[in-house]
Amino acid sequence: MSRNSADVVVIGGGVVGCAVAFELAQRGCTNVVLLERNTLASGSSGRCGAGVRQQFGTELNCVLAREAVRIFEKMDERLDYQPSVEFRQSGYLMLAYSDHQWEQFQRNVALERSLDIDVKTLTPRQTLDIVPFLNIDGMVGATFCQEDGHANPFHTTFAYARAARRLGVEILTHTEVCGIEVENDQIKSVVTDRGVIATSTVVNCAGAYSGKVAAMAGIDLPVWGERHQILITEPVEPIMGPMVISFHHDFYCQQVPHGSFIMGIGMPGEPKGYSIHSSVDFLEGMAVTLRQLLPPVAQLRVVRQWAGLYDRSPDAQPILGECPPVERFFNANGFSGHGFMLSPIVGVIMAELVTTGRSSIDISKLDAGRFARGELVLEPTVVG
Amino acid sequence: MTDDDIIICRCEDITLRQIRELIAQGYHTIDEIKRVSRAGMGPCQGRTCRQLIARELAGALGVPIEQVEMPTFRPPSRPVLLSTIARGEADE
Ligand SMILES: Cc1cc2nc3c(=O)[nH]c(=O)nc-3n(C[C@H](O)[C@H](O)[C@H](O)COP(=O)(O)OP(=O)(O)OC[C@H]3O[C@@H](n4cnc5c(N)ncnc54)[C@H](O)[C@@H]3O)c2cc1C
Repeated sequence: MSRNSADVVVIGGGVVGCAVAFELAQRGCTNVVLLERNTLASGSSGRCGAGVRQQFGTELNCVLAREAVRIFEKMDERLDYQPSVEFRQSGYLMLAYSDHQWEQFQRNVALERSLDIDVKTLTPRQTLDIVPFLNIDGMVGATFCQEDGHANPFHTTFAYARAARRLGVEILTHTEVCGIEVENDQIKSVVTDRGVIATSTVVNCAGAYSGKVAAMAGIDLPVWGERHQILITEPVEPIMGPMVISFHHDFYCQQVPHGSFIMGIGMPGEPKGYSIHSSVDFLEGMAVTLRQLLPPVAQLRVVRQWAGLYDRSPDAQPILGECPPVERFFNANGFSGHGFMLSPIVGVIMAELVTTGRSSIDISKLDAGRFARGELVLEPTVVG
Repeated sequence: MTDDDIIICRCEDITLRQIRELIAQGYHTIDEIKRVSRAGMGPCQGRTCRQLIARELAGALGVPIEQVEMPTFRPPSRPVLLSTIARGEADE
């Protein structure tokens, strides 16, 4: 290990940790070490659907997502990355299957429009202009935002990592954090299987393992892993633009630029845990839902199935910010299925907090203390 | 045609030159090379190219080939029609 002390140690080499490391260096804080026990993007970041949407039901989520999209739009230039992070604004089509859900969607649209997010409401028939082969039986209505989309999660992570390295950040892969030394509520060092790094500041970006990392500093952080499965088909000609998502079916499906369809459904009763094995019942459930909603896509071959972990928090909302009583222990985790899309803005916010103590967007509602205070953030528009 | 033009991953059209460039850029595991280039993600799921990439890595890093970490094989072992899977459901 080349550095034995650092101003900031970032734990986790997923998209969030890499974005945080880059944004720190961008603000002149370059004595940063990022620690990853496996390879970059080996965790949830390299296993995710990589959808990016701004259609949410709380103002804070809408604002965070909107700002993230603005960064994604200019990411290749900002990070000077070739080939490309492949950000495509091919839209998100969100389907409602009950009056209750439709009312919620309409409230969301009013909120989104007030925040400058351009979302349309559509009748079931109108959705056929966007996806002609969608089965609209039972659908009540839908919303569509053209500026939503997706990016390549590997390239996004590698782009942040490369740009961070260029600015002087040291990124150590195959290096596992096994302890955090704290004295009188102050961080002294981070202990790894390859040596010790003296530091006063830690940013916990360990994804589903963030609860375990926090415990090393004596902090009780309610973040755990929850398996989510996903599959990809053989590539075909482009026939479907947007991500199609239905909370009723707990389903999402998108054709990526390469031509493959990538899709997932939630599996009821998934226990807390760290298993990332694939299961046959997922494949069956997926095939049945697909045949019902997007019949022609069910005529494709599945080439690969895998699983990853959502980094779940009790209210399925992120945990951002410092975590008293330990000083300068910052969390950026608990994203519960939305960490990829938020990562660009989370990088900015965390770097602002670490370097100045404040952030340009007020994220005080997302602190770890909200669970003890009973002030959960209720976002009505999430899967699972 | 030089060695470098040899196609290593036939599903995704990745040449030996591209693989060598990625190794030089610091991508030192098969998983990372797969993620950044798509080598091994096509319909054959890396049946041929994994071995070839492992050999390149072993050479470049100066380690025996057995020490190159192999990615996990992901199901299904051969591409399957989704509609066939759906028909297999009991009461569908
Ligand atoms: C199937 C699936 C689909 C998804 N779809 C979407 C989507 O469409 N859009 C979206 O925005 N999000 C999606 N997500 C969620 C998204 O993947 C995550 O929220 C996001 O990747 C979190 O990034 P991260 O960097 O925080 O975590 P990770 O990418 O998990 O990174 C954490 C890293 O920390 C490392 N680590 C853990 N413990 C230690 C330790 N002790 N020492 C050193 N390193 C350690 C791990 O190895 C890991 O690489 C999906 C997730 C899954 C599983």
